[in-house]
Amino acid sequence: MILARRSLLAASIAAPLVARAQSSARLLVIGGGFGGASAANFARRAYPWLGVTLVEPKTRFITCPYGNLVIAGVREIGQITHGYDGLRARGVRVVHDWATGINAASRQVRLQGGETLGYDRLILSPGIALRWGAIEGYDEAAAEVMPHAWVPGDGAQTLLLRRQLEAMEDGGVVGLAIPGNPFRCPPGPYERISMIASYLKRHKPRSKILALDAKEAFSKQNLFQDAWNALYPGMIEWVPSNRDGRVTRVDVGERVLETEFGTRHRVAVANIIPPQSAARIAIEAGLTDASGWVPVNPRTFESRAAPGIHVVGDANIAGPMPKSGYVANTTAKQAVACAAALLRGEAPPEAVYFNTCYSHVDDEYGISVVGIFRPNAEGTAIAEVPGSGGVSPRGNLPEQRRLEALHADGWYDSITRDMFG
Amino acid sequence: MPYPGIMLLFAASSLAPAHAQQAAAPLAAQGCLGCHGPNGTGAGSVPALAGRDRIEMTAQMAAFRANASPATIMGRIARGYTDAEFLAAAEYFARQPR
Repeated sequence: MILARRSLLAASIAAPLVARAQSSARLLVIGGGFGGASAANFARRAYPWLGVTLVEPKTRFITCPYGNLVIAGVREIGQITHGYDGLRARGVRVVHDWATGINAASRQVRLQGGETLGYDRLILSPGIALRWGAIEGYDEAAAEVMPHAWVPGDGAQTLLLRRQLEAMEDGGVVGLAIPGNPFRCPPGPYERISMIASYLKRHKPRSKILALDAKEAFSKQNLFQDAWNALYPGMIEWVPSNRDGRVTRVDVGERVLETEFGTRHRVAVANIIPPQSAARIAIEAGLTDASGWVPVNPRTFESRAAPGIHVVGDANIAGPMPKSGYVANTTAKQAVACAAALLRGEAPPEAVYFNTCYSHVDDEYGISVVGIFRPNAEGTAIAEVPGSGGVSPRGNLPEQRRLEALHADGWYDSITRDMFG
Repeated sequence: MPYPGIMLLFAASSLAPAHAQQAAAPLAAQGCLGCHGPNGTGAGSVPALAGRDRIEMTAQMAAFRANASPATIMGRIARGYTDAEFLAAAEYFARQPR
């Protein structure tokens, strides 16, 4: 740990611009989602001496969280859409452009529009890339027929899946392909199954859901399966990888999902959640390892490959922590605090990371997983605090489920204000 | 005291009460804000922390940690934090306007 810290300090001392007065230190943030918006907002609240620029191509941000409620028709897309005026009001320079390249040696970022931005510290929160072709036949064109609805973008994918469910005849089969670990939002596919079931129960009760999974186990599994048995008996079939659940090929024309051992499932609506990696800019900057994700220092979130670049959000490798919005939010704040400390020649602060992931299994039925994490004593990895966290209790607990669904709404309101307010 | 750096950070933040409303929450309390709202003002069913008595808040956290108070998720959360972190967070939220 001492060696790691020395090398970090050495890197910051060697930076060409660190001798400038701290009042002119430039923090550049790439990506305006849960990691990047949280970082920019926190930097302006906590370290007003930092000049903060945020680069994000979209002018409106649609959250992944609550997207499953839009798919089920109980929220509208406008309710999960956010703008950047709040960050501007905090003094963040918001640039709507694509960052096309990072030069870690000269500490510069190139934008598609032609501008080059220099930085003293970079917070990179680029999100994920879908690995087109990892499932044979599943490319961007196929996603127009079999939506992933996993990267919201402009919302078109989310709304496409919703329209397909609305157009489906009662008695149809909704097929899902779910990837192996790691991927964005571990409980997300199972919340989606639940909320699609909630929609079908109300509108198309003879329909079925076939969930084909590349894993043998999943997040909050007992709680989800208890709820499926109680609320949607006989509607959901979940097929794990050891029962030939891994989808390896899709036939878009025939609307068929084909598994590892050649079983062909014809479905009425197909939702393909493909395998993922860190977003392209992280790969092109040489920050990823063979896994396709970005190794980082567990305390500072600085890239192992490039000093001065802190990588937060779903793109990084963060040990036992899930790729969730809340983890992106709390680790982004730690990364900013470390960037500020290093710019002032100080040691990075101690870290504690927090996560709560609520999932809806019905409009008024919520479950959760909680985690509190810290870097280990050696500073080599992140570990969950023993005896803490965990999932909601099992059993017939209607008040707990109703409260957790309400708390989920409070979480959504609070965290989006923390990011964009 | 397993986390001396955190204590130093909190000590520094509590030295400036005149600017308390402008100061950001200490890092250990930042995790609270994602549900309890920026500055701890609460949201819907999630109670406000702003302006509450700090002794009442630390006692409540200790009760959550001991499973001595009914909770949906706060028991699971309280068992992940130290007494020093409870106190630092409570001192911050106690200073925030309701």
